[in-house]
Amino acid sequence: MSNTVKIFLVLIGLALVVPFVPGLIYPVFVMKVMCYGLFACAFNLLLGFTGLVSFAHAAFLGSAGYVTGALMIRFGNHPLGMPAAFGAGVAAAALVGFAIGGLAIRRRGIYFAMITLALSQIVYFLAVQIRWTGGEDGLQGIPRGSLFGLDLSSDTVMYYVTLALFAAGFLFVDRVVHSPFGQILQAVRDNEARATSLGYDTDRFKLLAFVISAAIAGYAGAMKALVFQLVSLNDVSLHTSTEVVLMTLLGGVGTIFGPLLGAGLVVGLQNYLATIGDLVTVVIGLIFIVCVSFFRRGIVGEFLHLRRRRAERGKTRPVLTATRAEAPAVEAA
Amino acid sequence: MAEHALVTEGLTKAFGGFTAVRGVDFVVRRHAIHALIGPNGAGKTTFFNLLTKVHTPTGGRILYEGTDITHESSAAIARRGIVRSFQISATFPHMSVRDNVRVALQRRLGTQYWFWRSIRSLSVLDDRAMALLTDVGLADYAETNAADLSYGRKRTLEIATTLALDPPLLLLDEPTQGMALDDVDRIKRLIRRIAVGRTILMVEHNMSVVADLCDTITVLQRGEILAEGSYEAVSADPGVKAAYLGGGHA
Ligand SMILES: Nc1ncnc2c1ncn2[C@@H]1O[C@H](COP(=O)(O)OP(=O)(O)O)[C@@H](O)[C@H]1O
Ligand SMILES: [Mg+2]
Repeated sequence: MSNTVKIFLVLIGLALVVPFVPGLIYPVFVMKVMCYGLFACAFNLLLGFTGLVSFAHAAFLGSAGYVTGALMIRFGNHPLGMPAAFGAGVAAAALVGFAIGGLAIRRRGIYFAMITLALSQIVYFLAVQIRWTGGEDGLQGIPRGSLFGLDLSSDTVMYYVTLALFAAGFLFVDRVVHSPFGQILQAVRDNEARATSLGYDTDRFKLLAFVISAAIAGYAGAMKALVFQLVSLNDVSLHTSTEVVLMTLLGGVGTIFGPLLGAGLVVGLQNYLATIGDLVTVVIGLIFIVCVSFFRRGIVGEFLHLRRRRAERGKTRPVLTATRAEAPAVEAA
Repeated sequence: MAEHALVTEGLTKAFGGFTAVRGVDFVVRRHAIHALIGPNGAGKTTFFNLLTKVHTPTGGRILYEGTDITHESSAAIARRGIVRSFQISATFPHMSVRDNVRVALQRRLGTQYWFWRSIRSLSVLDDRAMALLTDVGLADYAETNAADLSYGRKRTLEIATTLALDPPLLLLDEPTQGMALDDVDRIKRLIRRIAVGRTILMVEHNMSVVADLCDTITVLQRGEILAEGSYEAVSADPGVKAAYLGGGHA
């Protein structure tokens, strides 16, 4: 079993018991972390494994949320309403991703980032203008419907469904990273000119990565819309787009679990420091500054780096060769 | 089959007002080892960049095996079988040496867009990758990250990666630049070996390498062809002597 699978199973095991210890940790909080965690994993697929900076990820999260929410409000009673609305949300995010990515992908570096930012502002503008998004009010009281006959209006049922959706989404991201396609993405990230000279149309790989990332962000957005029964302008705002950058960097860009940890930290701080109001932003900002100054690889990234360094120092000692052989796998985790 | 592997007609590249390559008519015979030499700034790398469409020519044509490829994309040209190495070593630094070669092999597999399959499906390429690495003497470093290789080995890896595509036409930009003497000899033997059944066009500054390997030499100066022919003919050319004495050592 790889380290990734072990850690993942431990996390899922812990998450399974959460509803039994409501005094210790709120299931709603864990659901929020799962939504944002998956959102950050989607973002990390681009930044960490493809080398693209996007400021449009809220547009994917939000547009999926709006589509899923609006469809649930109309067709939530239908037995297939929830999976259909969920799928439509993901498809909408992928489509928006294809449009934004298609326009931006030919640009490099900061220009790419700026184009995604400009285009995501258009999505925000549309969310304000279009009638069915509810404008300033957003969509409220979204019914959760049912899945395979399970009534999702129960928080406990919703919790386990969210956990299952999260696990599937997370494993999917891990698979994309560790797939034949993911291998080419890594090559593109490492040295795009070389990848081109080997005959790969790098723009097509980047665009496909962008669309997949957008779809997963949308998947997280659809989950979030159902969990909180609410979609608001905040979900498509630049603020949310920058928050996901922060989560990813804080936890460790290009690591599998970093974005989850980052999301947990940011969501946790926002929850537990809610009493200090807007100061939360300042506190998170300070943590971010400390992070980029002293832990440039993020928390998980620094941890893996330390382990690898220690393993390499032990390289001369034969007893530790097994540990060292595992090092690349640890890095990938 | 066309008579020549590669032909350029009036190939020109202007960067703004500055013309780096000017009206180059150039022919590479099939299965030749052809050297492109000339002082620094002569336009050799630019010429390679034109052939591989890193830059778009501002004039002229490029024919590969008789087909006009002037307007094809970089990746499409590579898929036709023209594969280059870079003057500054080009590896995938955060991937293992074996994975570097495997990325090149993967194109043949046709699974490059399969994001749903496990990476384990690529292990069918491992034997071929290891064979290539053994061939160039890098088998012991298969699991090392490319970033951790010595300079000479990085360049060797680059050649192994290029060979993985089994390209009919190889463009090597200064393959021995900055190498220690042992490494130069190793690369020289390697090039001679891989040249069998292939066409090689190489930019090279080391005259002993050129003299030993290449059957035809083209001298470029200020973007234009100054002389062309065998090593003996070119080194006896008064224009070439003047250029090299005036332009510093090439
Ligand atoms: N992208 C570029 N933009 C502007 N000038 C360039 C560019 N690339 C090369 N040049 C110029 O073209 C000339 C030829 O450069 P190059 O082809 O690298 O020479 P060589 O490889 O023969 O040493 C140089 O004067 C160089 O400054
Ligand atoms: Mg050069």
